[in-house]
Amino acid sequence: MTGRGIERALGLLAALGLLAGLYTGFLYAPPDAVQGEVQRIMYLHVPLILVSYLAFFIVFVASILYLWRRRERADAIAHSSAEIGVLFTALAIAAGSIWGRPTWGTWWTWDARLTTTTILLLIFIGYLMLRALVDDHSRGAVFGAVLAIIGFLDIPIIHMSVVWWRTLHQPPSILRPGPSTVAPDMQVALYTNLAAWMLLYGYLLAKRLRLEEARWELNRLRMESLG
Amino acid sequence: MSFARRVWAIAWKDLLAEWRDRESVTAMFYFAFLVLFLFSFALGADQALIRGASSGLLWLAFTFTSVLGLGRSIQGELENDCLDGLLLYPAEREAIYLGKLCGNFSAILVVEMVTLPIFAVLYNMDLWSQLPKLMVIAVPGTLGLAATGTLLSSMTAGLRAREAMLPFLLFPLTIPLLLAAVRGTEVVLLGEPFELAVPWLKLMAAFDTVVLVVSLMTFEYLVEE
Repeated sequence: MTGRGIERALGLLAALGLLAGLYTGFLYAPPDAVQGEVQRIMYLHVPLILVSYLAFFIVFVASILYLWRRRERADAIAHSSAEIGVLFTALAIAAGSIWGRPTWGTWWTWDARLTTTTILLLIFIGYLMLRALVDDHSRGAVFGAVLAIIGFLDIPIIHMSVVWWRTLHQPPSILRPGPSTVAPDMQVALYTNLAAWMLLYGYLLAKRLRLEEARWELNRLRMESLG
Repeated sequence: MSFARRVWAIAWKDLLAEWRDRESVTAMFYFAFLVLFLFSFALGADQALIRGASSGLLWLAFTFTSVLGLGRSIQGELENDCLDGLLLYPAEREAIYLGKLCGNFSAILVVEMVTLPIFAVLYNMDLWSQLPKLMVIAVPGTLGLAATGTLLSSMTAGLRAREAMLPFLLFPLTIPLLLAAVRGTEVVLLGEPFELAVPWLKLMAAFDTVVLVVSLMTFEYLVEE
């Protein structure tokens, strides 16, 4: 049961990492000179969104692998990673929105990156809905893989279109997210949280894959008992 | 038979079937008309507001209406196991995709061309002098819409919630295409210099290329068995 061992280790590390993240984020890092305490949301928001991008990249790679090699495992990774990616992206947008209200003065703005990320979320919600609706598992896996590939390749085009749309439509936004140079103490908090959320992603993925394996096992046993 | 002729044979089959009952195209056109008609209530009589929003309205009408046509096109293949017959046809899967794409593209384009005069009348626009430029925008826009829709509708066709799933998948994916088409149309309708539309044309070309390449590479997996 090495898979189980890895899962446990990841879970433990993720829990410790998140505790360390809370400590560095809330106590160790100083409040932001301009934004004050509210800037601490960035220690949640930035890791969440970076891990989501990673998750969707993994969906993309696993989907190509699945179409190419037809390994059930590749599909299980793609499907699980998409679920976690959707969850994390939604949380990242929510956290960003809570930060945006006091900082930018609005819950929502049609900022290029925010818009692209939202479209990314919509595409992968569509992916999950499609997977849930297709009864035949292997057909669903193929459909999902094709959708994930086209959706992922669409992202740079979406981003470019949204950037042009904004810049051609109205003067450059005066609202710029925080200073580009991050103080060392803040970097510690940021990277600690990034590592913690990465570990949590790994833990959730491992757990989700074990669930999938249990499902295969159940199917196999059912087939056996039916003869 | 060459590859091009096999593609043409499938497209011809779709177009002929459509010509004989004209069900899809009539429904699509009527729907586009209704959308344009209803939108004018939302905008009121403010001429400046109408001018500003008109390209967006036009493309929303085109998009909604193409969902209707794309869904019906693939649904027709599922009835009486036509799709199985189509797959038995000795042609590459790529030819089947391109054939269906040609059929869908032509149907949507025809509906657009019939909708344009209605649009011109309802929104008091001068389209005739601008028609060639408008076509330069409409053709790549419609091609991308039809290419994405042909691929996605082959996934959603057999599902319980197919009417809902096709737009759920199609709209987010085609946002860059629609943005580009809307901006390009805006440039033409507002009489801005056409150079402003060039980056958007390039963007549509990039979108169409990506979708066509991925579709041609993956379509065979979608219709196997």
